[in-house]
Amino acid sequence: MKEKRKHVIVAGGGVAGMEAAGSLAEMGIRVTLVEKGEDPGGHLLQWHALFPGRRPAEEVRKYLRKRIAHENINVITRTTVEKVRHHGHEIIADLSGGTEERADALIVATGFDLFDAHRKEEYGYGIYDNVITSADLEEMFNGKRVVRADGSVPSRIGFIHCVGSRDEKVNNNHCSKVCCVTAVKQAIEVRKLLPESEVFCFYMDMRMFGPYYEELYRESQEVHNVNYMRGKVSEASVNINNRLVIKVEDTLAGRPLKMELDLMVLMVGMEMSKPGARLAEASGLNTGINRFLESADQHYGTNRSGVAGIFYAGTCTAPMNITDTISHSRSAVEETVRYLGGR
Amino acid sequence: MSEQKANRFGFAINRSRAINYDTSDRKVREYVTMREPSFRLCFACGGCTATCTAGQHASFNLRRMNTYIRRGEIDSLREEVARCMLCGKCLLVCPRGVNTRNVVATTAEALRKLDRNEL
Amino acid sequence: MKPEGKKRIWAEYQKEIPDDHFFYVRSCIRQTFFAGSEQHFLKILREDLGKDVFEDPRHTTCTGIGYHGDVVPFETIQTVVARHFALATEAGYKHIAISCVTSFGIYSEILETWKHFPETLARTREDLYKATGRTFEVPETISHASDIIYKFRDEIARKAKYNLVDIKTGKPLKVVEHIGCHYSKMFPKYGVGGAEFPHVLTGMIEAWGGDVIDYPERRHCCGFGFRQYLVQANRGYSLFASRKKFESMEPYQPDLIIANCPGCTMFMDRWQYTIKEIDGITYGADGQGIPVLTYEEVAGLVLGYDPWDIGLQYHNVQSLPLLRRMGIKADPARRFLAKDGTPLPEPANLING
Ligand SMILES: Cc1cc2nc3c(=O)[nH]c(=O)nc-3n(C[C@H](O)[C@H](O)[C@H](O)COP(=O)(O)OP(=O)(O)OC[C@H]3O[C@@H](n4cnc5c(N)ncnc54)[C@H](O)[C@@H]3O)c2cc1C
Ligand code: SF4
Ligand code: SF4
Ligand code: SF4
Repeated sequence: MKEKRKHVIVAGGGVAGMEAAGSLAEMGIRVTLVEKGEDPGGHLLQWHALFPGRRPAEEVRKYLRKRIAHENINVITRTTVEKVRHHGHEIIADLSGGTEERADALIVATGFDLFDAHRKEEYGYGIYDNVITSADLEEMFNGKRVVRADGSVPSRIGFIHCVGSRDEKVNNNHCSKVCCVTAVKQAIEVRKLLPESEVFCFYMDMRMFGPYYEELYRESQEVHNVNYMRGKVSEASVNINNRLVIKVEDTLAGRPLKMELDLMVLMVGMEMSKPGARLAEASGLNTGINRFLESADQHYGTNRSGVAGIFYAGTCTAPMNITDTISHSRSAVEETVRYLGGR
Repeated sequence: MSEQKANRFGFAINRSRAINYDTSDRKVREYVTMREPSFRLCFACGGCTATCTAGQHASFNLRRMNTYIRRGEIDSLREEVARCMLCGKCLLVCPRGVNTRNVVATTAEALRKLDRNEL
Repeated sequence: MKPEGKKRIWAEYQKEIPDDHFFYVRSCIRQTFFAGSEQHFLKILREDLGKDVFEDPRHTTCTGIGYHGDVVPFETIQTVVARHFALATEAGYKHIAISCVTSFGIYSEILETWKHFPETLARTREDLYKATGRTFEVPETISHASDIIYKFRDEIARKAKYNLVDIKTGKPLKVVEHIGCHYSKMFPKYGVGGAEFPHVLTGMIEAWGGDVIDYPERRHCCGFGFRQYLVQANRGYSLFASRKKFESMEPYQPDLIIANCPGCTMFMDRWQYTIKEIDGITYGADGQGIPVLTYEEVAGLVLGYDPWDIGLQYHNVQSLPLLRRMGIKADPARRFLAKDGTPLPEPANLING
């Protein structure tokens, strides 16, 4: 008698979920990929060009689309995984709309939410016309037009690091890891698009953790004349010409500094995604002090939930870049397959 | 005395600019840390100094002051501490949740005690 | 500027302001600086709005200036404030109306301290009992006097005889608001609209027809900063801070500044004279200076009270051009006459005198 084919549910169709689904399908496992949005892709759908090499994000999107175009994968969109529970050896996922899906294992790949910049009131996002987030800027890059609200071309642009990260005032003490290098990448792109412009990054620490990141930082100074100032911007306001006025300490000069900007870009951080948090709460999955999912072991078990048959992939466990998300996702698949084989 | 001698030669012996961590006085740091433990959390972002009213017109810098406390640079500290107006604006900014206003108040208290040999 | 963004923030910082029955605690300096201001607060509340406001003559200063000047310890000021609460308890009041931003900041700080460190509350109860034999209830709410005017701003607008509008051009007056550091910078949730985009004065200005100016140094301190003006040699710091604000608002040509705090009102008014003496600059349209009024004075004008009863003549920057713009008739010759016609001392060096 032929054994019944194994079935795995992947909750969340971002980079992590798509890569996991593709790898599992390749091994002959049946996959149901459940994505909350209109299409799979997650945050990658919004990005224009990717650090460190500034390749078009479309290249990676294409790779992932191809990865899930497999007969073993059934993609369900506009559907949220609300709860995961056990029924003997079986895993049951309750989906939005009241249906359920049964499987042998489940991979949580619910990703992250961008920090809501309105919450840093002192920066005036949603109030001042020319305060945007890093995600808004990606959208401008997609349209190939970086302009102010009135359509004019900005001549001085400031990138504000750590917005919503490393800040106990918004209850996020963690570092979001990718926003420093995103700022460097975006600063370069702005300089290339608007060669007349002056660009400043306001940082507390430059965290260039990945391969080629420090090199990108260096290139931004050497080739693109991006300026760096060490200090946390304390507030922004506008003057009569509707230019932004920011206050910061130039900590290296040791003096407070005031500067006018035409456009201010807030480098918003990563937070545990809300639908992911709901899923964790309903299913009794542990979360850490940073509110992301807490893995069974920080070193050799980051894909394990501690609950049999439930595994983690990608930024639902911590901020990471695409490279690490894909590696993490593959190791989640490895853990899952091992689990299925051992039963 | 030494000034006069220097004048006779037309030059003086330069003093060390280095912070000598082994001879500096860290009693103030201990006092402030004990009374306001959040002091230890400062990561020198300068947010407080950027927003500070006093720092706009005087050489007052709360971020630098925190460093002086940590390093035991008492003379530099003395100059700084008197300038804070205790307005509390910096409290609003600090991403590390340092009770900045109380750090200043406690430092002033520590210096007074130091002068009275009570530390 | 997107107004909906500000409304979103205002909705998040709505504090409870009671409707009636206030225990009023006066400011120790306001009655000398702007003689008619507190009087008109009481008049407006009692006569125009029909509210019950109770005052106890045994109420004293909160000692806030001493506290910020490093001469009154925190334990002492907690006991002084506790005594005020004891007077309110005795009279059966649960809602405190505070007439000064410095006091308000101190009350907020004390209430927060008691909340987070209950042992300090126990200690204060003990100290007060030992010193005076009094006991007290912690009040249910604390409101700054401007919170209360804010709450009734629309009612005042319905009774308005004048608006913050230039009657010749029909255009709204351009008004600068200044809330004062201790109103909400230490504890944003105690202030209407929080600390970054406070609504307390903005709400009044808009309700009464004016346009609020949002200028770059709006959040900056006026320079009152106790430790600065208390030492004469340090007053240059204080002046610097005020001038920074004037320079920043200058391009907007404001008609009026409304301030929340006695110290701010006083310094932003008197420093205009000092800056004129030192630097030869007078701010405001046509170099006439910018009148700096309290919220009750403005409410009084809107309700049609006589400007000289309100006490506008005792500001350094005189308000005659502003009154003309608003269409308020006021005889300048009567400015320094008492009710019975006897002449009052005339201050020297007035701007627009
Ligand atoms: C501004 C910015 C720029 C970046 N640029 C780069 C770059 O240039 N290069 C790079 O390497 N990395 C970049 N990154 C990082 C990159 O975006 C992440 O590594 C990647 O998106 C993580 O993928 P993910 O699948 O873990 O999460 P996500 O992309 O967040 O995907 C999670 C998916 O799960 C869905 N979902 C959530 N909960 C549920 C649920 N309960 N049920 C069903 N579906 C659910 C969501 O709708 C979403 O589609 C950037 C990040 C930011 C913030
Ligand atoms: S990566 Fe950089 S900008 Fe992002 S939170 Fe960390 S330090 Fe701040
Ligand atoms: S409390 Fe002191 S250090 Fe903080 S902003 Fe005010 S003056 Fe500056
Ligand atoms: S804002 Fe806080 S963390 Fe930053 S320098 Fe000031 S005290 Fe330190």
